[in-house]
Amino acid sequence: MENLTKKDFTSDQEIRWCPGCGDYAILNSMQKALPNLGRKKEEFVFISGIGCSSRFPYYMNTYGFHSIHGRAPAFATGIKLANPNLSVWQITGDGDALAIGGNHFIHALRRNIDINILLFNNEIYGLTKGQFSPTSQKGIKTKSNPHGTTDTPFSPSDLAIGSQSSFFARVVDTNPRLMQSIFVEAEQHRGTSLIEILQNCVIFNDKTFDAITGKDFKKDAQLILEDGKPMIFGSEMNKGITLNGLKLEVVTIGENGVKEEDVLVHDAKEEDPTLHSMLARMQPPEFPAALGIIRSVKRKTFDSGVLSQIEHEKENSKFKTIDEIINSGDTWEV
Amino acid sequence: MKKNTEPIDLEKVVIKFAGDSGDGMQFSGNQFTNTSALLGNDLSTFPDYPAEIRAPQGTIAGVSGFQIHIGSIHINTPGDIADVLVAMNPAALKSNRKSIKKGGIIIVNIDSFTKKDLEKAGYDNSPLSDNSLDEFQVIEAPISKLTRESLKDSKLSSKSISQSKNMFALGIVYWMFNRPMTPTENFINKKFSEKSEIAKGNIKVLHTGYNFANTIEAFSSSYTVKSAKLEKGRYRNVMGNQAIAWGFIAASEKSGKELFLGSYPITPASDILHELAKYKNLGVKTFQAEDEIAGICSAIGASFAGNLGITTTSGPGFSLKGEALGLAIMTELPLVVVDVQRGGPSTGLPTKTEQSDLMQALYGRNGESPAVVIACSTPSNCFDWSFMASKITLEYNTPVILLSDGYLGNGSEPWKIKTIKDMPDITPLIAKEGENYQPYLRDKKTLARKLAIPGTKGLEHRLGGLEKEDISGNVSYDSENHEKMCNIRSEKIKKISEIIPIQEVYGKTNADLLVIGWGGTYGSLYSSVDNLINEGKSIALTQFNYIHPLPKNTLELLNRYKKIVVCELNSGQFANYLRMNFQGIIFEQYNKLQGLPFTTLELESHFKTLLD
Ligand code: SF4
Repeated sequence: MENLTKKDFTSDQEIRWCPGCGDYAILNSMQKALPNLGRKKEEFVFISGIGCSSRFPYYMNTYGFHSIHGRAPAFATGIKLANPNLSVWQITGDGDALAIGGNHFIHALRRNIDINILLFNNEIYGLTKGQFSPTSQKGIKTKSNPHGTTDTPFSPSDLAIGSQSSFFARVVDTNPRLMQSIFVEAEQHRGTSLIEILQNCVIFNDKTFDAITGKDFKKDAQLILEDGKPMIFGSEMNKGITLNGLKLEVVTIGENGVKEEDVLVHDAKEEDPTLHSMLARMQPPEFPAALGIIRSVKRKTFDSGVLSQIEHEKENSKFKTIDEIINSGDTWEV
Repeated sequence: MKKNTEPIDLEKVVIKFAGDSGDGMQFSGNQFTNTSALLGNDLSTFPDYPAEIRAPQGTIAGVSGFQIHIGSIHINTPGDIADVLVAMNPAALKSNRKSIKKGGIIIVNIDSFTKKDLEKAGYDNSPLSDNSLDEFQVIEAPISKLTRESLKDSKLSSKSISQSKNMFALGIVYWMFNRPMTPTENFINKKFSEKSEIAKGNIKVLHTGYNFANTIEAFSSSYTVKSAKLEKGRYRNVMGNQAIAWGFIAASEKSGKELFLGSYPITPASDILHELAKYKNLGVKTFQAEDEIAGICSAIGASFAGNLGITTTSGPGFSLKGEALGLAIMTELPLVVVDVQRGGPSTGLPTKTEQSDLMQALYGRNGESPAVVIACSTPSNCFDWSFMASKITLEYNTPVILLSDGYLGNGSEPWKIKTIKDMPDITPLIAKEGENYQPYLRDKKTLARKLAIPGTKGLEHRLGGLEKEDISGNVSYDSENHEKMCNIRSEKIKKISEIIPIQEVYGKTNADLLVIGWGGTYGSLYSSVDNLINEGKSIALTQFNYIHPLPKNTLELLNRYKKIVVCELNSGQFANYLRMNFQGIIFEQYNKLQGLPFTTLELESHFKTLLD
């Protein structure tokens, strides 16, 4: 295996995102993560729809397809079924995946086709210059809704879990290390791996995620989940998450008799998604935002199901060619 | 006058089985078709189903029919009107009343002519007792009662018993036309191999019907239809949708490309999906997508990754695929879109036929987005055209739209079996490892670009819907480049006319009237023109399969005729397309928009007025 580096994955195209856009960090992290996967460069395919994030494939020196708005999961599905050996990555945004492409998005997750979806969630439409998106916070004033939106936003995690998602992770664009490690884990997970990236749009929705990513308080506003590890966070690493009845609670270890053992231990492999869903819904200021791999369960993939049926039929059918099919059944000689 | 009289030999006959949608008429019709095909008749069939799955029982809306035209001569259409009608209830009689030949035979299931059934069909009085059917020979058969009687000792449920009355009707018609019952018996035994009680019951009722016809004195005679003089070879019966599916598999084998179908169920195209879904043993991948758009997009994805990607649909679904088709045109990837046309606009007439998507196929996309458009013209040549569509798309790396219609898709006819060896080679245009790959560098002759398949070392590149720079394929907003690329995309399609055969004419090169048709109207146009030629009329026919590009001799051909009439099942889309391409030539039109095929009678009478 040749030794690949970040440079191998960098294309010669000029990058056209706004200076300061969170997309740069994501691109960088991806180019750094791919060489760690032990795969050949020509096996990677990046598919996107339409939007700022969807320019991503042009900047990757891999096979790529910048398709049409919202439909990337369908292209990715066709590509993966045509050649299951490929490592297929879908790059999408909150408008592309959750508005125009909502249908394809949920069906990809439901089928569990073995692709990786990077959902760049900036809670706004960037490319079309600033309209609200399906994840924009309620009441936000934009050009297309100057009096404030009356829409209730989607929660991508709930949508994913409701669609039987087998892998859901969340990262922030300000943490390249975490991004890299999660990209690697997502690729190694068999099935649809969904990574929600909280991505800052400096132009149309700047600082939306500041409550989570703000330098001074991020340690208290982020819970980085690790499978099998207690849910401890905070600038002094003394805060934890416990379950009180049917609700999560933030506790301080050492106060009110709370011990480290009382804190929940993260189990990403738990089939029951209830706790994963609750964790994903946590929001500052009351809670830290959950980052890392929230859910990763084993489930048969769509592509392997399709292929094993084909293999089985090929082995067991007496017909091997179309000529044999056409000549079977009722035929007669003239 | 019964069983012992010599049967009367007929050159051709049209039989229609009609009943409530639950009456199993499609089954009877299909069985009669298969048996007649095995006897060597030429034939053509057409089923017509109700649009609603559960239209109220006994109503006109719930009538399901199957028409079959058999002959010892060449048969091109399912026939205008029936010589024999089997009517399982009053609604079936009423809805077919106008399409029975004077003096024809009507076999009715008398048991379903109760007051209630008559009311449901909208009859005030029974047509059987008011002399309104005097011009026909009506045979009243107690089909329900005798079916029940013959199965009274069986263990079958009363529902199963009632469901086997279609076998009684089939038995009658088998006797009338001196057909053997063994092919149907074999079929039933195989189909119900695990439910021998049902198999036995069905076969018993079949014989009961046969014997009933043999015994009663109602039939003045029985008939035979001798085998037709078809070209030597091995034959089978084939339906249009089935033939399309097989043509794709043949192209996949011939080209060495795996076949991928992305599709969403829609009438009347779903049978192509059903047919292809059977052949996992041949490596065919079928993906029932979440919607029409995902169907085409997954097919484009599969083509990008090296498969022969295809998608199948009908009118409304075709509308939804427009944007993605534009992407395939921009990215110059192989893709075949099959549109089995039905009546429109909107949901329109899902189970009826029409040719009204032609303009959509040619122009129904944003921007200048030329695609190849091909039309099938008989149920069996659907095989050749899906094969050719695949060949063109793989060799030119450009999308092809294949137009069929409900009439072709569901219709059937005997087909002289082709083998893969008979089909032309297909050479996909693919770049190899080590090449200095430029995604939009073109073959000088065809202007086709080469594909580089993901997984091929060193040929990494990006495609997309943004305008491409010539040769490099990089995104380009340059105005001159855009114009150049638009011209190249259009020129590339035009160049395909170099490889397509010249347009042929049936009839004299200088006839007084040239009839032009395209696609699925071939059978009726051919029959009517052939009849008129035999009557000594100066008339000729040319039927187009290649719509875009047109065959290169089209202008020269049109110039030979003084009078031209374009016949189509829409309001003049092909006529207008010809006018646009060949200004100065006068095209008369003959159009029909009833969801039904042309009848030979109406065509002949129209052509006669044009010739006068
Ligand atoms: S508009 Fe926003 S999301 Fe788009 S490139 Fe600029 S900063 Fe990034």
